[in-house]
This record gives sequence, structure tokens and C-alpha cells, in this order.
Amino acid sequence: MAQTQAEIVPVLTRRQSRAPKEVLQDWLPKLVLAPSFAIVLLFVYGFILFTVVLSFTGSKLLPDFSTWVGFSNYVRLFNHPNWLTSLKNLAIFASLYVIVCSVLGLGLAILLDQKIRAEGLIRPIYLYPMALSFIVTGVAWKWFLDPGIGLEHIVKDLGWESFSFRWIKDGQMAIYTIVIAAVWQSSGFVMAMFLAGLRGVDNEVIKAAQIDGASTVTIYRRIIIPLMRPVFLSAFVVLAHLAIKSYDLVVAMTDGGPGTSTWTPALFMQKFTFGRNEMGMGASSAIIMMMMIFSIIVPYLYSELRGERRT
Amino acid sequence: MSAAAQDIATRNAVIARAIIYAVLILFAVYYLLPLYVMLANSLKPLDEIRQGNMLALPQEWTIAPWLSAWSTAQIGVQPTGLKPYFLNSVLMVVPAVAISTILGALNGYVLTKWRFRGDNIVFGLMLLSCFIPFQIVLIPSARILGLLGLAGTVPGLVLIHAVYGLGFTTLFFRNYYEAFPNELVRAAQIDGATFFQIFRRILLPSSGPIIVVTVIWQFTNIWNDFLFGSSFSSVDSIPITVALNNLVNSSTGVKEYNVHFAGAILAALPTLIVYIVSGRYFVRGLMAGAVKG
Repeated sequence: MAQTQAEIVPVLTRRQSRAPKEVLQDWLPKLVLAPSFAIVLLFVYGFILFTVVLSFTGSKLLPDFSTWVGFSNYVRLFNHPNWLTSLKNLAIFASLYVIVCSVLGLGLAILLDQKIRAEGLIRPIYLYPMALSFIVTGVAWKWFLDPGIGLEHIVKDLGWESFSFRWIKDGQMAIYTIVIAAVWQSSGFVMAMFLAGLRGVDNEVIKAAQIDGASTVTIYRRIIIPLMRPVFLSAFVVLAHLAIKSYDLVVAMTDGGPGTSTWTPALFMQKFTFGRNEMGMGASSAIIMMMMIFSIIVPYLYSELRGERRT
Repeated sequence: MSAAAQDIATRNAVIARAIIYAVLILFAVYYLLPLYVMLANSLKPLDEIRQGNMLALPQEWTIAPWLSAWSTAQIGVQPTGLKPYFLNSVLMVVPAVAISTILGALNGYVLTKWRFRGDNIVFGLMLLSCFIPFQIVLIPSARILGLLGLAGTVPGLVLIHAVYGLGFTTLFFRNYYEAFPNELVRAAQIDGATFFQIFRRILLPSSGPIIVVTVIWQFTNIWNDFLFGSSFSSVDSIPITVALNNLVNSSTGVKEYNVHFAGAILAALPTLIVYIVSGRYFVRGLMAGAVKG
């Protein structure tokens, strides 16, 4: 006890007599971090709060905090056919996008992991679409799938006169053309994630299974693919949150058309807030989008950060 | 195993490998096809696209669509081509990347080497900010840009991109510096090195790879952004992605597909070049951004 006191006392006296420069050094790290943190608090969390409050007001063209309307924006939102279309499209788009990208990504990664000689050439070809903006991807696929000049025209030109492919002009099918373009853009990246995962598998495990006489297919099905669970989870989180945010690609390919058939929640928010002067409803749609994303991302980040502390 | 059975086994293995290669090549074609279509058709006269086959190489080669896309195509109301908007994007990207990278490096340094109570909460809040749907901040952002007198300007877009990039840059540097030995920092501290001296002389010299990853990530994201660009720009500050969309989706006049394709490649060129030159770092950034690090 006496010993610790003896230790504490000099420290305290030294601290009291410290030069201002040293005190500054103590505070410097926090001072350096503070502006960034303050900016994030204001621009992210402050702004979220602003939008939450806005969603309970009857704002039209400009924010108007004097007309309090309770939940009526949300009620109107979920009774609005365009919002219901947006949600339905999101469900179709997100599920196909996540499933096709994962299956394609895993499949290509497994094939590419078979000691392929040209891997160094093939991998960058699969991945480059990720460097493009969704607008560029949208332009390329919009015209390639256009019946007048694109795929339909090409096949007819080759002699199959009755061939018809006009999904992009068809309200029932147009959302699937957006899936095609989005899968083209992202599946290479998912492949890279799985390839990194496959390369991390312990060779000893595979060797042991081979000695036991397991076939390659069995090894993949029973051992390797189950080991890819964390990659599936990461891919799901990344793709699902990209799907909920999907906006640029839809604007470039169909701008929500034909009619309102390819609206997504992000498009709805934009059109209602800035096009139709329904700011209150636009804000409430943004809140719903955030709740969808947070319900996926928060548990994921929480478990990742906790896992990090444990190891 | 008999010789015949062995023959069959090797033959099957050869067939299996042939199938694997065929599938891999087929997908390479699928990924390259849109780029090929854009390139081939950007070098054709318009009539050839309308009457001919999109997959065919040009019969009559021309660079007129490229010149038009760059300097004379009608975008909005002005026949300026994409040139001024390309420049806007450059003026927007360079400062936004620089600011967010520098701040991210300092934040990562503080969060790992000068830990304090509650630093995990600070980091968690910054991390979560990476994933918000930006729709949720559009309305108040427009307000604050108006209040600051930056509405519809390039500096306004710089501010917005720098701010909403902070979460990612902090994440990148924080995860990188986490693995940097604390002993070196402590030794320098005992030798009397100050906060900034330690950063400059000890951490910065070994930060090359993470700086490259962060710069590429930020550059690609900001160059490719459409949402902020379309929400917060005015005639003088429109970035390239928005201009390209205006070019392609303008409802007036003849649809000049060849000019659209040339414009799309022009808009994609900077990020494509970055990808080709430093693909390794590009992929590392994607992974770090996706799987938290």
C-alpha cells in the first residue's frame, strides 16, 4: 500500500508542474481526431436525426417543421402503389443479385482454383467491371439489350428472324435486365472474395480427405464449401447493402421505366423528394431504407468487432 | 490398376480440364463483351450500327464519335462535349481524395496508437457511417451546402465527398496501423518524440501500401459517384457521370449510339487505367472495404 502511494505521489506532482507544451501533447491526439468525429456526428448522425424529424412533418418543397403530421407520411408511403412496386422490385432484384452473384462467384472461384495456367490473365478480366461506374455499365447494357440495335437485332441478323428479346421495353421483365447488368458488374468481385477464401483453406485437411479416398466433388461439397461460410456471409452483407442502395444503374438503364415498373426505393426517394415535392414522404422512404440496411449491417459489424477483440 | 483403366482415367482428367478451360474462357468472353461492344461501335459511323451488327468490327473506321463525345456533343442545352465535365470531375476528385486520405491517416493513427476511453465507440460510429444509404443525408446536405454558400459548386461536392469518405479512410488506416508494432511508438515517445514526429518519422514511412489502397478506393468511388453529383451540382459543376447520363438519356434529337459509347469509355478511362496499372491494390481495397479488413 505504502509502496503504491510512494509511486503515485511523484507522478501527481510532476503532472501539476508540467509545461503547457507537454499538456498540449497530452491533448493533441484528441484534438486531431475531434474535427473528423465532429464532422461525422453532424453530417451523418445529425443529418439522420434531421431526416427522421422531417419524416414526421408535412414538408413539401422545402423542410417545414411547423406542420407535424405524425406517422401519416409512413401510412401514405405504404399505401402508395409506387412504393409497393419499389419494394417488390427490390425483393426481386436483391434476391436474384445476391444468389446469382454468389453462385457464379463461388463456381468461377472453384474453377479458377484448379491450378489454371492463365489465371493471371483471366482474373483481371473477371474483375475489371468493378472499376466502372454504374452509369457506364448502364449505358453499355441499355444499348446492348435494346431490341432496335442490340441483342435481338444481332440474332435476327444472323438469320433467326423470329427471335425476340425485348425485356428492357417490357414492364414485367425490365427489372431482370437490371439484374443482368448488376450481376455482370459485381460477380467478378464476389469471385475474388471466394478465391481468397479458397486459398486460405488448410491444405492438410484436403490431403487427409484425399488419403481417405474422398473424391474431389465430395471434398468440395463436404469440406471446402462449408468452410466458406464467413465468405458467404461477407458476400451477402456487401451485395444486399449494394442492392438496397441501387440507384445509378436503374437511372442509366431505364430511369424507372417503362412507366414505373423498375422503380426501386432509392429511385422513389429521389423522385418524390426532388421531383414531386413530397419531401416528408421522401424522408420517410429514406428512413425505411436505412432501417433495412442497418438490420443487415449492424449485427454483422457488431459480431466482427467483437470477434476482433476476442482474438 | 490396369493400363487400360489408367488410360481412361487420364483421358477423363484431360476432358475435365478441357471443360474447365472452356467454361472459364466463356465467362471471360461474357465479361469482355460489353467493353468490346462499346469500343467497336464507338469507332463506327451511326448508320453502320443501325443497319449492321453490333458485334461486328467497323467496316469504315472513324474517330469522329470520339471527337464529338469529347468536345461537341450536345449535353443538356450546350454543345460542349464531355470535356468541361471531365475537368469538373478532376477538380472534384483530387482535393476530395487528398483531404479524406490525410484525415483518415491521422484518425487511424490516433485510434490505434493513442487509445483513450471510448475510442471504440468513436470508431464504431465512424465505421457505421460507411454503410448508410446516402438518401438519408441528401436533404440536410443540400441545406447545409446552401447555408455555406457552396450549393451547386465544385467545392461543395469536394466537401460532401471528403466528409462521406472519412469513414472508409479511417477504417483502412486504423486496420493497417493496428498491426504496426506499438513498441516502436513507445520507444520514440521515451526518446521525446512528439505526436506529429512519431507519425511523420515512424508510421508514415511504412504506410505506402495503405496510402495507395486508400487513394485508389477513394478515387474510384468519387469518380464513379452519381448520386451526389446529380443532387448537388449545377450547370457549372456537373461531374462526368452525370454529364454522360444526360448525353445518353436526353430525349431530343437522334440517338447517336456511337457517341454514347465513346463517351462511356471516356468516363470510364481514368478508373480503368488505375485498375490496369495497380489492380493488386485495387482488389485489396475492395476486400478491405467489403470485409472490414
